[in-house]
Amino acid sequence: MLHNRLPQIVSKMAGYPLSNNQVVTLSQTVLTLLALLLMMSLVLTPDIAWSSSDMANITGTATLEHQAAPVLGAKDYRQIGSISSRSFVWVIAQLHLFLAAFVLAVPLFVTVIEWIGVNTGDQRYDDMAHEFMKVSMTAYSLTALFGGTLAFSLFLLYPTFMAYMMTVFGNQVLVYALLFFMESGVLYVYYYSWYALRYGNKKYVHLSLGVLLNGVGTTLLFVANAWATFMMAPSGVDDTGAVTGGIWDIMRGPLWNPLNLHRFVANIAFGGAVVGAYAGYKMLSAQTMAQRAHYDWMGYTANFIAVLAFLPLPFAGYYLMAEIYAYSQQMGITAMGGILAWLFIVQAVLIGTILLSANYYLWNGMARCEGAKRYMGLIKYIAVTLIVSFLIWVTPHTLILSAKEIATLGGSHHPWLGPFGIMPAKNIAVNLMLIGTFLSFQLYRRADKVITVPWAGFGNALMVAIYLVAIANVIFLGVYYGYFTNTVYKVGSSVAQVVSTLIVIVSGVVIDTMMFKGAKTLPVKWGHISNRGVYALFALPIAFTWLMALMGYVRSSVRTHWHVYTIMKDNSVDNFIPSIGHAGNMMTIATISFLLLVLFIFWVASLGDTKQAHPNK
Amino acid sequence: MIADESRFMTQEQGGIPVFLKVLSFMVLMVLVFTGIANLLPQVEGQAPKEVKVDLGTLTMDAYIAMGETLFKGKGTCTLCHNNLGRAPDILALNMIDTAAERLNDPNYKGDANDSESYFHESMITPSKYIVPGFGKAGDPSPMPMINKAPIGLNDIEIGAIIAFLQAKDGGQPTVSLPTETPAVAATTRVAEPPKPAVNAEEVLTKNGCTACHSVLDSVASIGPSLKAIGARATREEIRTSIINPSAVIVEGFAPIMPADFADKMMVKELEMVVDFLAKSTSEVSTESASESRVVTEKKGEK
Repeated sequence: MLHNRLPQIVSKMAGYPLSNNQVVTLSQTVLTLLALLLMMSLVLTPDIAWSSSDMANITGTATLEHQAAPVLGAKDYRQIGSISSRSFVWVIAQLHLFLAAFVLAVPLFVTVIEWIGVNTGDQRYDDMAHEFMKVSMTAYSLTALFGGTLAFSLFLLYPTFMAYMMTVFGNQVLVYALLFFMESGVLYVYYYSWYALRYGNKKYVHLSLGVLLNGVGTTLLFVANAWATFMMAPSGVDDTGAVTGGIWDIMRGPLWNPLNLHRFVANIAFGGAVVGAYAGYKMLSAQTMAQRAHYDWMGYTANFIAVLAFLPLPFAGYYLMAEIYAYSQQMGITAMGGILAWLFIVQAVLIGTILLSANYYLWNGMARCEGAKRYMGLIKYIAVTLIVSFLIWVTPHTLILSAKEIATLGGSHHPWLGPFGIMPAKNIAVNLMLIGTFLSFQLYRRADKVITVPWAGFGNALMVAIYLVAIANVIFLGVYYGYFTNTVYKVGSSVAQVVSTLIVIVSGVVIDTMMFKGAKTLPVKWGHISNRGVYALFALPIAFTWLMALMGYVRSSVRTHWHVYTIMKDNSVDNFIPSIGHAGNMMTIATISFLLLVLFIFWVASLGDTKQAHPNK
Repeated sequence: MIADESRFMTQEQGGIPVFLKVLSFMVLMVLVFTGIANLLPQVEGQAPKEVKVDLGTLTMDAYIAMGETLFKGKGTCTLCHNNLGRAPDILALNMIDTAAERLNDPNYKGDANDSESYFHESMITPSKYIVPGFGKAGDPSPMPMINKAPIGLNDIEIGAIIAFLQAKDGGQPTVSLPTETPAVAATTRVAEPPKPAVNAEEVLTKNGCTACHSVLDSVASIGPSLKAIGARATREEIRTSIINPSAVIVEGFAPIMPADFADKMMVKELEMVVDFLAKSTSEVSTESASESRVVTEKKGEK
């Protein structure tokens, strides 16, 4: 019988003897992974899983699906008292998205950290991964609560619009609900089995649960993204909004994958930043040096995750924006060159804050290691580059000026600062900021090492050469193609600039990895960072949170006065793009609410470690 | 810098609790971002408003003005058709001449035979002819079909834009005034046309001309004086200098005049300013636009 021979077969394949229990555990893990793959393929290729007509037969919605999108009137909108329906949904949706981004991101890097712990045998990684999960557990319940509130709000305040969305997506929403059940189940098992499945082969079962959890979570994210991208760029429907394709056609709109990628990467950066703040808070509250050292290390790891995920984010954003332009040039210009263009000044301030904070944290962190003194002289140059680039980035181009201001300025553009306002200057600035940040990161990584490979001199010279060539290339491409040729070359050259930056990052990681082989490691004194430096860990999540809200405002506003672009008009009293000031106030309400929720989450997470002393002792 | 355990314990155990410090820091940051957002120009993107067109009283001038409003508003034409190079700068081009050039282009494969049908074809089926230097080779035109969503102009509105394109450089519109409402829309949705300025003085002030030029009662030396400009330049030269300021740069002055006044002014407003400046042949005559005010002041002196 196969059942009896299975241990022998598996042992032979593995190359070493395994006990029956080990084989059963391994088989269960494999089966779980297969089930995950099957489930994902059902969700991601729904035209194989069920066709549109099958779905109609099941739900009896065949007639509904072939109806045009309704034209909405006043009766299709409701309001709670004098509260603006849009404002209410805006804040609830934003809070749900903040929390959801956090709880979907944390297990992603927790599983990686857990795996590093297994590979290195360093128990600290395992403890840290568990602590990260502990923080996200409370957030999970809150995510579900806000998700439920959001759904109820939408059905209550926008009933006809939601009825149309239900008609279009049909059973897919039930798949979403099913995935949510799965996510909950796997999350609880993953977290509560942490110590039950800690060593030996059981640890691999636990890691598999982590992979399963992330598979379900990511699928959940992608399914929900389809609703947002359908509203921006509908597919699978005709000009009237009547469904013409299967659910796969509806989900697979032109913006779905760009948004999937952008949100996936951004969530990791956001999640890393939030747990970094947790570590920073715990560090500042630490009662012993051991605690301080532990949370310093935890904060450093979280910051590393946030910055690592943040670096490719502009490129994911570029991909999303390029696809928006390809789908509708009008939509792209509305975002980048039209009424929303001003908010990119705020975006520049936020991203500048993120990069300056991340660099500041790394520079302060160099105090942990004596070896960092070798590189301290370079920091002032990086700081100057970052600040000058930041100032160029925030320089506006087209100002709305009064006559008096025009007279004072000497024209509609400042004679010297005007050229810094256009995209080529900003492309140079952004790329130099990314290169500068990577240099800070590279110096930090080298701080505790003495490189011993015989070709160290050559390696360093090569690295310096790559930096110099990349910087020269970024500046030359920006200046020459940005100011002396036409728009077509201007856009094309920005891709080459990005490639230059990526080459620095990739070659830096590769060269360092090779040079660190056999390197002598210098002692790192965790906890030896100034409190001022730790505050950078709070600046990061605040800037990330506000930035997420800002980008949500752009993504939603590019639909202008449409609920579903080109298909269903928004005829509510709120069918206008709000001003950046009003939007900023809404973002602040959402951000401060989230901040209070996060503090509650941190407090609850700490509460679990608090034990009341017995009254009789 | 933390030197030892006792030092950091001293720092954190006294003074403001960590919780409050962290919360204050984060709230302060949020408020800074909010402040920046509120300091920027506050613009709302309004949805097109329902405006009924009274076809019985519609004149060609009103139809042209409606076309201009649609061009800059609901039609969203200026999003791409501007001086940034994404699409031909229609407001800067003489479109009657341009249409003739395009129709004579050997690569033109469309069905149009005059400016009216060319403009119509360009809006309804933009991929029929893509102007050399624009769009991507092999791809359809990035310009949306103007009669489809999200723009969705109806026949009356498309006709109004054609009338505007034909009239904006002094040409005579060939489109007929609409006589009946399109079947698809009993209530025609057009953007509400902004009211034109009532006189040249208002146009000059509204567009900030007085900030750089000595004109009306302003004294400024950034740009050349416009007092008595009518004695130095013809009507056509004045019009060109407003629409395309870099065409002729007066010696001793920097080429800094914005090139977007053609976008900002309505046809009527442009003509009012040209008329007014052309008649300004002496220092005294430039005051004519504000004649009533001058008279009042003089009466006050008495």
